[in-house]
Parts: sequence; C-alpha cells; structure tokens
Amino acid sequence: MGGTSFEKRLCRYGKHDFIMIEESTIKEGIKTQEYFVNMGPQHPSTHGVLRLMLELDGENVKKVIPHIGYIHRSIEKMCEKDSYRQIVHLTDRMDYLSAHMNNEAVCLLVENGLEIEVSDRVKVIRTIMSELTRLASHQLWWGVMGMDLGALTSFLYGFRDRELINDIFEETCGARLTMNYNVPGGVMFDIHPNFQQKVKDFIKHFKTKLPEYDDLLSNNVIFRQRTEGIGVLTKEDAISYGITGPTGRASGFSNDIRKHKPYSAYDRVEFKEILMETGDTFSRYKARILEMWESMSIIEQLIDNIPEGEIQSSAVKAVIKLPKGEYYQSVETARGELGVYVVSDGLKSPYRVKFRSPGFSNLFILDHLAHDYKIADLVAMMSTIDLVVPDIDR
Amino acid sequence: MYNFSSLTQSIHDYLASTLSPELTSVVEWTLIGVLLIAFVALSVMGLVYIERKVAAFFQLRLGPNRVGKWGLLQTLADFLKLLMKEHITARAADKFLFNLAPFIIVIAAFLAIGAIPFALGLHIMDINIGVFYISAVSSIGVLGILIGGWAGNNKYSLIGALRSGAQIVSYEISAMLSLLAVVVLAGDLQLSAIIESQADGWWIFKGHIPVFIAFIIFLIAGTAETNRGPFDLAEAESELTAGFHTEYSGIKFAMFFLAEYVNLFIIAAVGATVFLGGWMPFHIGNWEAFNTVMDFIPTIIWFFMKVGFIIGIIMWFKWTFPRLRIDQILVLEWKYLLPINLVNLLVVAFIAMMGWYF
Repeated sequence: MGGTSFEKRLCRYGKHDFIMIEESTIKEGIKTQEYFVNMGPQHPSTHGVLRLMLELDGENVKKVIPHIGYIHRSIEKMCEKDSYRQIVHLTDRMDYLSAHMNNEAVCLLVENGLEIEVSDRVKVIRTIMSELTRLASHQLWWGVMGMDLGALTSFLYGFRDRELINDIFEETCGARLTMNYNVPGGVMFDIHPNFQQKVKDFIKHFKTKLPEYDDLLSNNVIFRQRTEGIGVLTKEDAISYGITGPTGRASGFSNDIRKHKPYSAYDRVEFKEILMETGDTFSRYKARILEMWESMSIIEQLIDNIPEGEIQSSAVKAVIKLPKGEYYQSVETARGELGVYVVSDGLKSPYRVKFRSPGFSNLFILDHLAHDYKIADLVAMMSTIDLVVPDIDR
Repeated sequence: MYNFSSLTQSIHDYLASTLSPELTSVVEWTLIGVLLIAFVALSVMGLVYIERKVAAFFQLRLGPNRVGKWGLLQTLADFLKLLMKEHITARAADKFLFNLAPFIIVIAAFLAIGAIPFALGLHIMDINIGVFYISAVSSIGVLGILIGGWAGNNKYSLIGALRSGAQIVSYEISAMLSLLAVVVLAGDLQLSAIIESQADGWWIFKGHIPVFIAFIIFLIAGTAETNRGPFDLAEAESELTAGFHTEYSGIKFAMFFLAEYVNLFIIAAVGATVFLGGWMPFHIGNWEAFNTVMDFIPTIIWFFMKVGFIIGIIMWFKWTFPRLRIDQILVLEWKYLLPINLVNLLVVAFIAMMGWYF
C-alpha cells in the first residue's frame, strides 16, 4: 500500500509502473503492491460492455469497482416523451433475455392503472410465454456459465435447446428475441395453431436434455471444486443489498414475485419457490437448474387448458392516458425483480418512469463477494449473478 | 519390419560418393532441417484441423467445411491470413524480448522433436540420454512464455505468464518422474533402447499397475505442460482474454500457436514411445505367429496410431472439462501427483529389482 490513499493510486492507474520497488523494500524484504486491471469494457466474460476495475494483489481480488454507462441509452428519459404503447417496445431492449417479462411489467401496470381486467386466455398465454422466456434465458446462462469456467462445450448445448424455444416464439410473435408480444390489454396476436404441440414437444425433449446438463457440468469434479464454498452470500447481505431472483433465493431470501404478488396466471398454478441455504456459487447455479424444472412444470399445467377468450381487451383505447397518480408494478424476470414505477400527470405520456432492474442491484454485490478470492472465482461469481449489461445500464 | 536406416544410409552413400565430406554434412543437415520444418508445418496444420473437427463433433457442430474438400484447406487459409497480418509491437513493449519470445518457444519445440524416433531407423538424433534430453529442452519453452508475457507490458499477459511459469515448472517434475518409472524398468535413457525393451510387450502391459499409474500421471502432467484445457490457465480466455499472448498478432501469434501443437505432438510422441512401445508393433510374449502378423503393419503407422490415440485423449479432456483454478492446479501437483509419483517410483524400483515384471 505504501500509505498512498486509494484515490491517489486510482489516478496513477494507466502508467506502467504497477510494480515498484523502493530502497526500503530491499532491507525489509519485498513489499508487494496492489495493481489495477481493467476488466472490460471489451472482455469475454463481462458479457457486454461492462467495465470492472479490479484491484489485484497478485491473483487475489482486493476490490471490484464496476463502471457502468457504456451502453446507456436513457430509456427512462425516452419513456417520458413516448406513449404507453411505445414504452412497451423500449423495455425489450433492457434485459433482452427476459424481453417478454419486461413487456409484461409495463402492460400490467397500464392495465392496473386503467383498472382493466384482461381475459383468462391472455393471462395464461402470458404466463406460458414468460416461463418459456425464463427457460430460454436460463439455458443461455447455463451455456455461458460453462464457458466462463473454461468448459467450452456447454455453450453449444445450451444454445441447441434455446433454439427450439426461439422457433416457438418466431412462429407466434414473428420475432425470436425482442418479441414485443404484449400490448396493454392483451397480446398482439393469437397463438399459432402449432403452438401447443410445439411447446409440448419441447418440454418432452428438454426433460431428457436437462439431466445432460447435470452430467456435463453439475456433476463434474472440477466444476464442483470451482464453485462449492466460493463467494458465499449470506441471507442478511442478500436482503440488505436487494439481491433478487435466483441469486437471492440461493441464499435463502424468499423473494419470488410470482409467489408473493401473483400476477397473470401464477395464482392458479402449483410451483415451488426454489430456496437454497448456502448461498455459494454452486447453490446459485443449482437454483437456476431447479428453476428450469419448475418452469417446465408450470408450462405443463397450463398448456393443455388455455381458456377461450378475446386476445385484446376492447376497453383499452388507442391513446392511453393513465389517471393522475403513481403506479408500481413488479414482475419476476429471469434475473429477479423488475419494478416499473410510473408517475402520471394524466397526459398521454408519463411524467416520470423509473425501472428497478434486477441486474443493477445484483451487480453491486460483486465487490462484497469477490474480496480475497481469485480472478477465476470472480469470473464464476459474475456468471452466477447472471449479468445482462443493457439491463444494468438501461 | 522395414528399417528406414537402409534408406537413409543409401542417401548418405550417394551424397558421400558425389560430394566432399564437408559438403555432404551441410547437404544432409539442410535436408533434415527442411524435412523437419515441412513435417512440423504439415502435422500442425493437420492437428489444428483435427482439433477443430473433434471440437465440432463434441459441440454438435460441423466444424470447418467451406475451404477445400471437407474444409481441409481451412488451416492453410488461416495460416496465410496470419502470415499477411501486420506485426504489431506495442509502444510500451520491450521490443527485443517481445520479438524474441516466439522464437524461443518454437526453438524449444523443434529441439525436442529432433530426438523422437518416428519409425525403425527414422530418428534424427538417437542420443543415449534421450528421455532426459527431451524433458530438458521442452522446459526451455516456459522461458518463451515468461519473456513473452513480460515483454508485452500488459497486465493480462503478465498474470498469464506467471501462472504458466508456476504451472509448467511444477508439472515438469511429475512428467519426468512418471517417465522414470519406465526408465527404471528398461534400464536405459536412450529412446531406441526403451523401444527395443518393449519387443515382447509394451511397458503399459508389462509393468503392472505402477506403470499404468505412471501413464495416467504422465497424461495429466503432459496436458498441463502443453498449457491445454483443463489446464489452459496461461491463456484462460474467460479470465485473461488471451493470457500471455494477448499482445501478439499475426505470425508471431502463429508461432505460439504452432508451438502449442508441436508440444502436444511431442507429449503424445514421448508418451507413445515410453509407455506404448513407440513404433514397436503390438507383440505378445512368445506368440510367434501373432507377432509376425503384427509386424506386417509398417512401424511408422504403429507410431502415428499410438500418437493419435494419446492426442485423442488429450483433446477429449480439453473439450469436456472446465478449467482449474491456479491454486487447485498447484495443489493437484504438489499434494497429490508428486507424492503418488514418488511412492509409485519406489514400487517400480522394487519390482524392477525383484524382476517381478514380464
């Protein structure tokens, strides 16, 4: 350390003298000094343009300073000039892996604000679509997790199965990733005639493939050594940092919006909220694997009895004006609690919009978790926190 | 069994009859050098192609299939691309060392390949301390990695270089000790003598369980020495972008790449020679008829079949296992492999002393 303050050393960052030997060190033995490494904005395991400044002591991580803003598009500000129907499309671009859930959050908020009840058919379709999105997101996460730990093969296994879900989306919504399927008051189109059969085929297929995921990674001895007991997040810390989603639930923090504040059709299905005890990297991993099983069971309960009904409520006008007031709606995305907070002054676009995105809150646990772990552990932790950078920056 | 020494001898006689003795040596050395470079270039291109295909089949892909029939010319195209790229040397880099490092690595790889017996009589240098020589020169390569990682003046490179320094120096011990198990049984360090000692069966079958354990340890240590997954910490794409060769581009990067695959070949060749009989056909004790049939397969094919087998295993590791962490890698070596190896060597020595092997 040499007595220099943290800020001063921060300023020196960028010069090449990251190893300095002074005269006194020769007498007193070698004193080592921490140095800074820029991880990102272009780095294979930050999964986007996230920049982490690492303060390292050799291989050990002393401090993680996230620098965000590289993909900031001021979505919240843009919402202030857009109509409510347009806002839905902007939310796709936040957490693009949970595009459907993001859309749903805004649509639910508008529907609640206008006090409109959507038909049961819409509720069930939305729930099935949400769970398919969650599955696709977790499949991609699983593939990338393996790749972050150096097992390159898992990436393509994850993508193989995700492709099938994207095909289902493509057939019904016309888009594969940013689906724009929800509109205030319903969904944009009715489901494709093949939808039910394809979803059932996919569930049947994926039930045989999910155990393969366990064979390839979960039961691998190197994988277990790399993840078990690493980066333990206690329940108290999870609550105080506001860590939601599977990351928080792996620490035993019960925060599933689908259970606590049921929306759409979640109140009529049976599913378990996955709660783990240990809160280490492996339990965060396991929580997501188990969540995939739960998602499949939710879809199975709903897919055979999609009720008849209109797909768009006729009560929603072309130009939506929310009554003056404040509105909040949260949904459970693949990463955690997405909250949408809208202040309306009664005009056709909101006065102020704030998104409480799960990625933003979850990112800032890294410094707390990674202290005194190795760089390789930091990469594993980042992977299990499941960061999507546009969700952090918005 | 066809003996290649008759071929090499006739070439030598022809040259000696037409040229002066000095010129003969010059021509012979040039010939060997050119052949060696051609062999290395071809085998590396082949290995890269095979690796990409193997990876593709592991990962439900097709692999290269556009350039040439079945993508066979893909590696050549990649090589040409690398050859034509700009050689970037960072401004802050130590220019001399930065440009020296790739050569050190390649030279170490070439030195080692010179001592490998490819077939009966096809042997560049048959030195009487072959095993010792190979493990000595192959450890020069780590200098190239350390220098390359340091000279680039990039923190990622430095971390990668230090990791690989710790890793290769540690695993060298295990690789050498596991080879010693067979050296003790064969009673010779000369590679040709080790192969001759396997005329009635390969050491992996003759040497009971201890030699089998030594073979497994050699595979692990060999994979670690070549910096391949699951021990690819020096590169560690997801952690250090490209590890020790982050700053290298173009042909200088290609030289690191080349050395990696030559080292893979060397490890497989040494493993095949010492444990699986090198070019020696599969012989069982005194089953004369069976042994004669086996002798019909040329020795060079036996050698490359065994090398291919070991390379296959090493590639299998790489495409299925996650990467270890630096402390785990050192724990594996110093707390597990080294003690097992030392005890194993004692057992082998005891077996050799009592003559309890076939």
